[in-house]
Amino acid sequence: MTAFSRRWAVLAPPYLWLGLFFLVPFLIVLKISLAEQTIGIPPYTPLLVRDASGWHLQAGLANYLFLLGDSLYARAYLNAIKYAAIATSGCLLLGYPMAYAVARAPETWRARLLLLIILPFWTSYLIRVYAWIGLLKGNGIVNNALIALGLIHDPLPLLNNSFSVILGLIYSYLPYMVLPLYAALEKLDPILLEAASDLGARPARAFWRVTLPLSLPGVAAGALLVAIPMVGEFVIPELLGGPGNLMIGKVLWDEFFTNRDWPVASAVAVAMLAFLVLPMAWVRRLVAREAG
Amino acid sequence: MRRPSAFLLVMLALGLAFLYGPIASVIVYSFNASRLVTVWAGFSTEWYGVLLHNQQIKDAALVSFTIALMAATGALVLGTLAGYALARYPRFRTRWLFGAMLTSPLVMPEVITGLSLLLLFVALERATGWPEGRGILTITLAHITVGLSYVAVVIAARLESFDRSLEEAALDLGARPFKVFCVITLPLIAPALAAGWLLAFTLSIDDLVIASFTTGPAATTLPMVIFSSVRLGVSPQINALATIIIAVVAVLVFAAGRLLAPRNQES
Repeated sequence: MTAFSRRWAVLAPPYLWLGLFFLVPFLIVLKISLAEQTIGIPPYTPLLVRDASGWHLQAGLANYLFLLGDSLYARAYLNAIKYAAIATSGCLLLGYPMAYAVARAPETWRARLLLLIILPFWTSYLIRVYAWIGLLKGNGIVNNALIALGLIHDPLPLLNNSFSVILGLIYSYLPYMVLPLYAALEKLDPILLEAASDLGARPARAFWRVTLPLSLPGVAAGALLVAIPMVGEFVIPELLGGPGNLMIGKVLWDEFFTNRDWPVASAVAVAMLAFLVLPMAWVRRLVAREAG
Repeated sequence: MRRPSAFLLVMLALGLAFLYGPIASVIVYSFNASRLVTVWAGFSTEWYGVLLHNQQIKDAALVSFTIALMAATGALVLGTLAGYALARYPRFRTRWLFGAMLTSPLVMPEVITGLSLLLLFVALERATGWPEGRGILTITLAHITVGLSYVAVVIAARLESFDRSLEEAALDLGARPFKVFCVITLPLIAPALAAGWLLAFTLSIDDLVIASFTTGPAATTLPMVIFSSVRLGVSPQINALATIIIAVVAVLVFAAGRLLAPRNQES
């Protein structure tokens, strides 16, 4: 076998697989987003219609105009971006000191601490979100404890609002933030900080001028890794949010499963993707740099 | 080596308490005698007994386990090839497309992946008659697609970090490339293969959104059963199930850590 044919023998199976199961599906979504809903199987109109005078293209932007016309979609879209931005900052504020503490811990401890941080990720995601319902609801564990301590008389409204959605987002995505931050901070040479301190910089100044700038690639990687999937999150707004906390991922789900409107669901997917495609390209570059 | 400051240690402790507190609450209240999950009424293992007789949950667990086994194995084969290509073929035409298709699933919102795969399966069935209906097969195909990206990234990172001189020596001694891959490369990346397989398995058994889109009436997975029950509020049975899942995962992760750690240190 020549090097060329060997190379394609390795490449072809994953390439064809991804083409069929990743690329083609998006083209179909794009196509169906231009169709109309009908009653039948499948529940959308064909794009090409044949009549006596030949083939006709039957496509329109009606679904997209519909999304623009109803403020529900714009609100869900903006909510999703807002919650993702706040929760990403929260992950960063909590995750950065955690990653830094692990990176500075004695070498024998680091692997164990990292395992402790990742372990929750391996347990069921759905159950971790569910745990917060029991903690936050009106007669839940937190409210019961506060009332028993005499700190409050009436239960606090902790569940089904933007607070619980953002808390759930931070909780579920925290490990994804800590890992790339740790990778960046672990590479940092302690000699640089010693040099800064020898030159008279106080620890706070050394952090702002040396540590933070050098860890920015890790910050970028962590922020992208959590923010992009957060925007499309469905489970957290569904279980921890109230009717006022719509996110675009939940709207897509409801269009599909409740309204059975495949074309509008497809248009929502395309609109979401259009917003996420640039950050995704950035992720590809970060991964490519990591992999050589 | 500088030690972490008191502030950093406090933040680490708070962060770990934040991560484990909710999990601990689920475990503690799974032993609660009361039907009202969050009101403590004494120790009881009643809900574990109820759970063991819940046929719907047992069936769903079997479906999920079958899918995860097949999906992790398929993702391992395809992901290893893809990771090898990513690490060893720095230049080929359309590498950008290959890289984009490989890394996008890592961050793609699940609702988009699920919807697009469902539309593909519907279109394929109409055009070719395959896959007939939706169920275990279509969920498995979807999970392979997502899992192979994770496997590829893990494998590529491992391939980048190891010494290639062993492979070159074997080639110089006249071994064929396929034999070199099987005898030298595969054993060297074995820890990454195990980690990738476990990752794909976990992703599959844990997935709700993609499975909900790509399934049909024929197959219900464990996360779907949990979800429809959780939607109605907290339930002591789900607490018991959660505790069992957490225990199984903890044992598996520590066992895998034990098995893989010595080899990691060698290389």
